[in-house]
Amino acid sequence: MSRSVFRIVAIPFMAVVFGVLIGALLIVSQGGSPAEAYKALLVGGLGDSDAVLRTLQKATPLIFGGLAVAFAFKAGMFNIGGQGQLLVGAVFAAGVGFGIDGLPVLIHLPAALIVGAVAGALWGGIAGTLKATTGAHEVIVTIMLNFVAGNLTDWLAANPWKDNSGSNIVARTPLIENSATIPTFGAVPVGFLLAVSVSVACWLVLERTSYGFEVRSVGHNRHAAQYSGMKVGWIMSSTMAVSGMLAGLGGAVESLGVDGRFEAGVNVGLGFEGITIALLARANPLGVVPAALLVGLMEAGAARMQYKSDVAPELIDVIQALILFFVAAPIIIRWLLRMRHDNSEQVQLGAGWGKS
Amino acid sequence: MRPRQKQLLYAGLTAILILIWIFYSADDLQTTAVLAGTVRAATLLALGAMCGMIGERSGVVNIGIEGQFLLSAFAAFTITSMTGSLFMGTLAGVGMGLIMGWLLAAMAVGLKVDQIIAGTVLNISALGLTSFFYDRSRSLGIGKYTNIDLGPLADLPLVGTVFFSRPPLTYLTMALLVVVHIALFRSVWGMRTRAIGEHPGAADTVGIDVLKLRYFNVTIAGGLAGFGGSYLALEAVGTFSRAMSGGRGFLALAVMIFGRRTPFGAYAAALFFGFTTALQNQFQLNNTFDIPPQFVGMLPFVVTIVVVALSGLFGSMRDPAALGQSYEKG
Amino acid sequence: MAETLLGAYKVRKEFPGVLANDDISISLRPGRILALLGENGAGKSTLVNILFGMYRPDDGHVIIKDEVVDLRGPDEAISRGIGMVHQHFQLVPPMRVVENIVLGAEPTRHGLVDLAEARRRVVELSERYGLEIDPDALVEDLPVGMQQRVEILKALYRDADVLILDEPTGVLTPQEADHLLGVLRELTETGLGIVFITHKLREVLAIADDIVVLRNGQVVGETRPSDTDESGLAEMMVGRNVMLQVEKSVSRPGEPVLEVEELEVKDDRGQIALDGLSFEVRAGEILGVAGVEGNGQRELVEAITGLRVPSVGVMKIEGEELTGESPRQITKKGVAHIPEDREKHGVVAIYSLAENTILNRYHRKPFSIRGILRRDVIRLHAQDVVDEFDVRTPSISVPASSLSGGNKQKLIVGREFSDDIKLLIAAQPTRGIDIGAIEFIHRRILEQRDKGAAVLLVSAELDEILGLSDRIAVLYDGKIMDVVDAQDANREKIGLLMAGITD
Repeated sequence: MSRSVFRIVAIPFMAVVFGVLIGALLIVSQGGSPAEAYKALLVGGLGDSDAVLRTLQKATPLIFGGLAVAFAFKAGMFNIGGQGQLLVGAVFAAGVGFGIDGLPVLIHLPAALIVGAVAGALWGGIAGTLKATTGAHEVIVTIMLNFVAGNLTDWLAANPWKDNSGSNIVARTPLIENSATIPTFGAVPVGFLLAVSVSVACWLVLERTSYGFEVRSVGHNRHAAQYSGMKVGWIMSSTMAVSGMLAGLGGAVESLGVDGRFEAGVNVGLGFEGITIALLARANPLGVVPAALLVGLMEAGAARMQYKSDVAPELIDVIQALILFFVAAPIIIRWLLRMRHDNSEQVQLGAGWGKS
Repeated sequence: MRPRQKQLLYAGLTAILILIWIFYSADDLQTTAVLAGTVRAATLLALGAMCGMIGERSGVVNIGIEGQFLLSAFAAFTITSMTGSLFMGTLAGVGMGLIMGWLLAAMAVGLKVDQIIAGTVLNISALGLTSFFYDRSRSLGIGKYTNIDLGPLADLPLVGTVFFSRPPLTYLTMALLVVVHIALFRSVWGMRTRAIGEHPGAADTVGIDVLKLRYFNVTIAGGLAGFGGSYLALEAVGTFSRAMSGGRGFLALAVMIFGRRTPFGAYAAALFFGFTTALQNQFQLNNTFDIPPQFVGMLPFVVTIVVVALSGLFGSMRDPAALGQSYEKG
Repeated sequence: MAETLLGAYKVRKEFPGVLANDDISISLRPGRILALLGENGAGKSTLVNILFGMYRPDDGHVIIKDEVVDLRGPDEAISRGIGMVHQHFQLVPPMRVVENIVLGAEPTRHGLVDLAEARRRVVELSERYGLEIDPDALVEDLPVGMQQRVEILKALYRDADVLILDEPTGVLTPQEADHLLGVLRELTETGLGIVFITHKLREVLAIADDIVVLRNGQVVGETRPSDTDESGLAEMMVGRNVMLQVEKSVSRPGEPVLEVEELEVKDDRGQIALDGLSFEVRAGEILGVAGVEGNGQRELVEAITGLRVPSVGVMKIEGEELTGESPRQITKKGVAHIPEDREKHGVVAIYSLAENTILNRYHRKPFSIRGILRRDVIRLHAQDVVDEFDVRTPSISVPASSLSGGNKQKLIVGREFSDDIKLLIAAQPTRGIDIGAIEFIHRRILEQRDKGAAVLLVSAELDEILGLSDRIAVLYDGKIMDVVDAQDANREKIGLLMAGITD
């Protein structure tokens, strides 16, 4: 048992270690002190209850983003469109949040969350449905939909839903009503608890239900799934919709629990961070939570790191890219650690742009 | 190409020429501006598409063109600003492209990482690295590449401005289209490249080293994307800004698919996509129509989705059979 | 002249968990045909891959023209005059014949491929050996027999003086196979040596000069056609007495279960693959579908099982029309399907055996209730399948990929047979598996017939068709040439029909 846990955790753990080490080299190359910078990063993300709250807040949309990618991975699909799905989820959740007043919390907040989730699901579902019906590769389609979503939400926030209060010139919506705001208990935002419950739910669906069996079967061997009577097209569309829903929920939580409104271009990196997190978690929904916490911690501490030691906050983007590289190419770590090869960990997606 | 398709192609071309002629007679300045903008936007897409097609013809998907553009543009910009030489900067961009191509090959071919994930690593790394090292105070110093008139050809109406009065990297790109076409379809290298993308096992049994050739091709293709990065920073824009590739590395893939993985086909597709961009710019400049810029900005991306969906639906494209699969001997 | 054109000396090759070649020595002399005979998994492929430089032996040597060589790759084997015709053709389908033949050894002019020169050489070669071919045809448009010819020309173009052929007759009609054997015999007259790999006893006796029999990675016998016969070879190959004939009772067919009328089906490229097919299969009988592969068998199976929608025609099971219904609807009617490609369709490689046994029933009680999987029930069911169908495995939680081909196939058969079957579609049910598993599966198929199931058996192995079927339909170019009673059938008659010849 402990051996196998070690085997599962070793690669992601070492990937993080290597990422942080190379990051230290970059800090040195810029004339900084890695110890000082990383200390500031940690204090900024864990130092006091405010810092912890920040970390949990940052981690919340990341959990959703990671789940979105991980869920699609299970069906052998690559949802690179988390960013677009997040944006539509965020803007429509905010729309419900500021557009309606006088509703009780118990109706308003769930309604806003659901609208955000549905918007994300529709956005992700487009890619899945196109893949199932025309064979258009979901990677191309979701990337394109990211740009479409960027423009669409930008327009919404700059025109019909613009915050016209005072001297505002930024493309953003008005503040949402209190009744649609996700509350915070001490240092724990409720959105984070929601994210953790959703990741447990994802795991249960995938591992314990017949739908999850279908999703995994399609992911591992689409032909065998079809031969076994599974509706492969429907499973691909629905999986992408679920994946989009997860990202959309992340956007909704961002609007309703963190920013309090929608602002154009919010959290633009999320789609990519979701990929890093999903791979770091080896596409396991339960692993997504610690992976997202790690990235959330870095993001929460980046500002303090810049303030204290003058290291550009973009360093954490580089570290994330390095971590992604090491988890994507585990053979490097295995070679360094003289570990045995384990085939089950490689994520393989169906590539090719057309029908196959 | 089947005869029917050929007829359609010629009919389409004729229609386009007639349209251009009508517009040109109506408003020569605007028409010239839009077409010149078309060629400008098409150049980057064509370079990216060539990068993608060399990879895909040999069985390797390259979704990291966006990152290759970005990091190469950064390298080209930085080196030019340090040395004051556009030429050195261009070389630096190509060099960075080669390095990134090699990295992609190392992951996707050597380590057998899933090709799409490997490309994503490039994209994320490029975004992170360029943001981290970006220095706002830096500028190009000297100006960007300027137009070179090709003698009397440049004085021709319309085509003179559109094709024969361009900066050097655009001319080079057009030359590269011819070179890549000949290399892919007439040379020994091209024949072997197509073979390893369709049936690597067959190539292996006649003694072609599949992995080595894929390594080589993906690396060289990276050089083309790197050239695109140089073009972007030193000729098209003349500076560097964060995430300046703006999705054109991804559009290049759509252009490649639309152009059936042939250089000339890709260039035609690139001109079409470039046209939508140029039109959008012109609209914004003149306030011709009252369309919000965000919707005009969506256009190329929506077009791409439609193109990819339609070409899947009508089966007009066929991927190389071994696309996306790592090759295991035996 | 060399004494040994191509040989192996004490070659040993181990893969994780398998000793594929153990101390194997063989020797091929000029102008002779050496047959390598053995069951699937006996080590034939490993040996020829070593001879062709695809693998390096762990121990021992390869000998080419009396010289010990260390082959670092197929290119080196090729340059030393070894040519190979692989079982699965190594051709690039969307490229032309001439391009395929010269690939890797292209004539050039000004640094570019000289296709005119290549074409000239190919035409000259095909005339010299009487192997006529259209050099400009796309390989994907050629019938398999022609593709094989391209493979042979490919080897000859490289001046091969040894030709290795891996199971070359599997894709041919008996008459085409005979013709190929004739061509090979003629080739040896120029001094060429041939290594001929097969598991078909008849061919060995017909063509070989020398015979080497492999079993479990070892040479278990060396002989000549004049010193042995089919049963002698079979015993050497399997290591025990084998029944060359399947024991079966007379069939007592009942009502028609599957009725197919005027079925027209298109293939992946949109060409008509089945052209107005009509036939029926009755309860308690086996209808064998004979034919060279690629004549519509795959499309037929896919259309009946719901994996492919027919463009025209009607398909009924027990009188109920199920044309174009989903695989699940059709399965529900009591149709079991042993798929042709077990790796692609039959199993999910990384799933455990338990998960594989519920692939087509996970959605039903008792395996899941209201969408929740019942893991205890699934495990019990899997254990039953494994026990009853003699799947050799340490446990039901190992991945299917750890099983041998024969055990995988038994697992699939076990899964498909765990309900009452009205109609069984068995496509190439014994391809690539050992004789023990073949016998087992044949017995189980006959059992289903005797229990009253209608069986449609599609196989490229004519012996299998002749041995099991009660009636035989011969498929050629998407049409049924004829349906004959098994008693009246023989190889020659079926072979002619397979070639599209009727009298």
